[in-house]
Amino acid sequence: MTLTRRELILILLGAPALLTSGCSTAPRLPPAGELLGQSLEIGHRLRDGFRPQPNADQWQDVGVVIVGGGVAGLSAAWRLKQNGREDFVVLELESQPGGTSRSGRCELTPFPWGAHYLPVPLPHNRDLIRLLDEMGVVESLADDGSPVIAEQFLCRDPDERVFVDGEWIEGLYPATGASEEDFAQLAAFRKEIDRWSAWHDAAGRRAFSIPIRHATDDSEVLELDKLSMAEWLRQHGWTSPRLHWLVDYSCRDDYGLTAEQTSAWAGVLYFAARLRGPGTEHQPLMTWPEGNGRIVEHLASQAGARLKTGIAVARISGTPPSGDVSNQPQGASPRLRQTQPEASALRLMRNDGLEVLAFDTASEQPVGFRTKSVIFAAPQFLAPRLIDGFAERTGRSAEQFEYGSWLVANVHLSRRPRESSFPLSWDNVIHDSRSLGYVVATHQSGNDHGPTVLTWYHPLCDDNVKAARQQLLKAKWADLADVVLTDLELPHPEIRSLVTRLDVFRWGHAMIRPRPGFITSRQRREAALPDGRIHFANTDLSGIALFEEAFDHGLRAADEVLADLTPRP
Amino acid sequence: MQSAESMNRAPLFLLYLNVLIIASCGLVYELLAGTLASYLLGDSVTQFSLVIGIYLSALGAGAWISRFVDERLARCFIEVELAVALIGGASAPVLFLAFSSVGAFRVVLYGIVFAIGTLVGLELPLLMRLLKDHLDFEDLVSRVLAFDYLGALFASLLFPMFCVPRLGLVRTSLLCGLLNAVVGLWGTYLLRPLLSSRGLSGLRGRACLVIGLLIVGIIKADSLTTLAEEQVLGEPIIHAESTPYQRIVLTRNARGFQLHLNGHLQFNSVDEHRYHEALVHPALSSVKSPRRVLVLGGGDGLAVREILRYSSVESVTLVDLDPGMTSLADRFPPLAELSRSSLKDRRVTIINEDAFLWVGRPVGQVSNLPATSSPKTSETGQVENLPHEKFDTAIIDFPDPGTFSVGKLYSTRFYRMLRERLTADAIISVQCTSPLVAPQSYWCIVKTLESVGFQVRPYHAAVPTFGEWGFVLASAAPLPETLSLSPELLGPSRFLTDKILNSLFDLPPDLARVEAEVNQLNNQVLVHYYDQEWGAMK
Repeated sequence: MTLTRRELILILLGAPALLTSGCSTAPRLPPAGELLGQSLEIGHRLRDGFRPQPNADQWQDVGVVIVGGGVAGLSAAWRLKQNGREDFVVLELESQPGGTSRSGRCELTPFPWGAHYLPVPLPHNRDLIRLLDEMGVVESLADDGSPVIAEQFLCRDPDERVFVDGEWIEGLYPATGASEEDFAQLAAFRKEIDRWSAWHDAAGRRAFSIPIRHATDDSEVLELDKLSMAEWLRQHGWTSPRLHWLVDYSCRDDYGLTAEQTSAWAGVLYFAARLRGPGTEHQPLMTWPEGNGRIVEHLASQAGARLKTGIAVARISGTPPSGDVSNQPQGASPRLRQTQPEASALRLMRNDGLEVLAFDTASEQPVGFRTKSVIFAAPQFLAPRLIDGFAERTGRSAEQFEYGSWLVANVHLSRRPRESSFPLSWDNVIHDSRSLGYVVATHQSGNDHGPTVLTWYHPLCDDNVKAARQQLLKAKWADLADVVLTDLELPHPEIRSLVTRLDVFRWGHAMIRPRPGFITSRQRREAALPDGRIHFANTDLSGIALFEEAFDHGLRAADEVLADLTPRP
Repeated sequence: MQSAESMNRAPLFLLYLNVLIIASCGLVYELLAGTLASYLLGDSVTQFSLVIGIYLSALGAGAWISRFVDERLARCFIEVELAVALIGGASAPVLFLAFSSVGAFRVVLYGIVFAIGTLVGLELPLLMRLLKDHLDFEDLVSRVLAFDYLGALFASLLFPMFCVPRLGLVRTSLLCGLLNAVVGLWGTYLLRPLLSSRGLSGLRGRACLVIGLLIVGIIKADSLTTLAEEQVLGEPIIHAESTPYQRIVLTRNARGFQLHLNGHLQFNSVDEHRYHEALVHPALSSVKSPRRVLVLGGGDGLAVREILRYSSVESVTLVDLDPGMTSLADRFPPLAELSRSSLKDRRVTIINEDAFLWVGRPVGQVSNLPATSSPKTSETGQVENLPHEKFDTAIIDFPDPGTFSVGKLYSTRFYRMLRERLTADAIISVQCTSPLVAPQSYWCIVKTLESVGFQVRPYHAAVPTFGEWGFVLASAAPLPETLSLSPELLGPSRFLTDKILNSLFDLPPDLARVEAEVNQLNNQVLVHYYDQEWGAMK
């Protein structure tokens, strides 16, 4: 079923937007633009059983194959290279690396297509600080090891504003018309977050820490995963609609879920993990015109020619590919199997090497890699599809891994809209909208006049992910462009006359969704365990989609591989 | 009321045309008020809702009032028509003026909308009663209402497609008023059989007066927006233009002329020499034989005028955002005279770009914007301003840091990038608002310069138009203890002597240093200080 323009507006923006847009049956569309998305065709062919068979001369031997050139895969590559392992390849399906941190570029400026900022890491995150230092972002280290970031990479003030009651105001909290009770609840909420930021367990681990590997597993904290963020607010007696909006916005922004859908553990993490401690401000944000695309670019340059784009991995299997995996111990837990190293399948995977079968989408030729180790840095839902005998051998599935879809648009303007209230900021949020608003690509470069590019974000927060994804993928450019413009018309009535180009990116599987119960689920916790010599790295293993998590998993998986390859005394 | 037997069929048809025009104009006034309110107040949904609601309720009020008119219906109809013409016609210009001068703008707005609505609401009932003796009731209601709604459609199409884009709000309003007034005058002929002779010529005279007023209004429409600004600026405007970057307005009074950018006074020709001598000479006289001078901001060319007085200066590079500003002297001869056409000097290169972007571009990389270097430079093919050569002096003359996009030009990041463009012992001077009115802003700029490794010498000068004004001299190398005007400075100075030059550096106790944070891109504290300190003045 293909939706009409009005139905799309209704679904994506809600009924009020339909009222403002409904007057015209032929809306004014941008003069140019296109519909972009993840490569679906090859994925669907593979899903439907397409198995390319390389000739003998299309095989190559390589030490490590990294499947997926997103942040996790590129970070794994970075770690391997830093440790002197140069014999690896990174196989990326898309023509461009970076996954949801990818970026685009026009004559005026680069711009993000996804993730677009990174909070300044706390001192414990030494690896990330090292990466940033390598990029020339860190000026020096303070005595406590916290990085001093060069000013030009810290988000330039004014950093955020919200459009509420017909006016832009500074910050994100919709303070217009707020009562004393609203402010009292906001203060109480902040105090509670402060309390969590100070919480430590007996081992000295924080309640909430990023990467979450460093956080406590104390049940007092993990209990929060049982309820939703909205329930958690209500349990504290907080009913202020403004506070609920702020928290809901934050959940949609970081997880693509409403506060009702988000695990309270993840919700509190968002606020508490980025405080250095009680009474401190949220860690400052680093950003670039192309968003996290800048970090991807750096990581990709480090991988160099070992990064191969346009390569669709079709199958990962033991040698030979037809290897008998039928006599697996069924349903054994990974922990159990680790204590049974004699299990035949495991032996096969450990000793006999692996084969990665792939398809070069540019030359339309099959390619094969023979390797000792694989880092599977693609989303977890692909593991059962691509890894031979995965479910039978590990007893794992990816059923509980739920991915939300996002709609992202880059809106090129001939000039900035005329405004009178609080001025254009980096992040511009529309209170009465289901979208997340937009960030301004030219902001960080200090360009305050003339043409610009706005990157507009909309997470599809539907409960039925599949249906929402299918609707999104079927929608036409003109209709999606109209959705974007209808939303932007709310604060900027003249926007249609300013648009010179509008490109829309549909992210089918954009973000792992931390719904209540998922973080503490066994399926998630076990997903990061290696399957023989196949190691896993992706942000979804943390249950939340964050650069820091992807980076951390990439390094961990690389370290596992390095340990495998180091001859034990 | 006289008998209407003598009215024939043809004027009846013309009366329907009358209805059409009345209905169209009525709706246009309503749309005008709604559009204007959303232009000036924002939030178009609220503004349109309120205007429509008030207008419709006023229509009802008018209709209800019509029952109290029981004699001289035709005369009353024409009077109402003239009143609509005058109030409706003047509504847009009056509202523009009111916005800049009246605090209770909304009261004026809704008052005008209600008045127009009431008058329009009176018209149709009066007209229907005038016609009721000539038509049967069904016919009357159906025709009058049909033309009324047709008129509304006509107006709603004409307004967005023609009136707003072609005429603008002020002219649309005046033209509709004119149309109403003409209908009124015409009515005195059309309804002649219903009008008493007594006072008829007076009625016609008033109609002509209204028409005359509105015609004058249309002729003057161009200068009406200027009139509103004049009330704000307090002086007669002699030149005004809007560039993509700012509103440039020149005013004049008996003693001289003044430049305003976005409503902020930049200089007054009477005492600008004090400001520009104080801005330029401490820096240029402290550099031994300044050769290559950078000017940031200062698109009026007055600082450059002072710089060009040094015989040693070989090149001046002026970076100013707005080509409308750097070419202003071409369109406004008094400025060319005042600046001695300094920007036309062959030593001067003009770059129209945001100084933040220009200064941050790696040295040697040419702007991707078309650099508008002065014609003489490009004609002779001289490339005096080799991008790799550093500047020995810089004069920083940005507007006050009242907005974030200007605040960035006073940040540590900006000053660090600037240092890359300067020789090791270059000297710069920075205009930094009034240390008396805005001490925290002033000392914030000083501290920011210090934080990036500049040595500083704060100084001040009295510029009567501005009051007590602040500057700072800064250099990465030690600054001289005592200053003297350079022997290379040609021509007489009107403000500075050696003695006065040194006295500028004596800060009285009321300009003593106050605590302030360093202004960084990611905190922009300066804009907040400035907003607080100057906001408190207003």
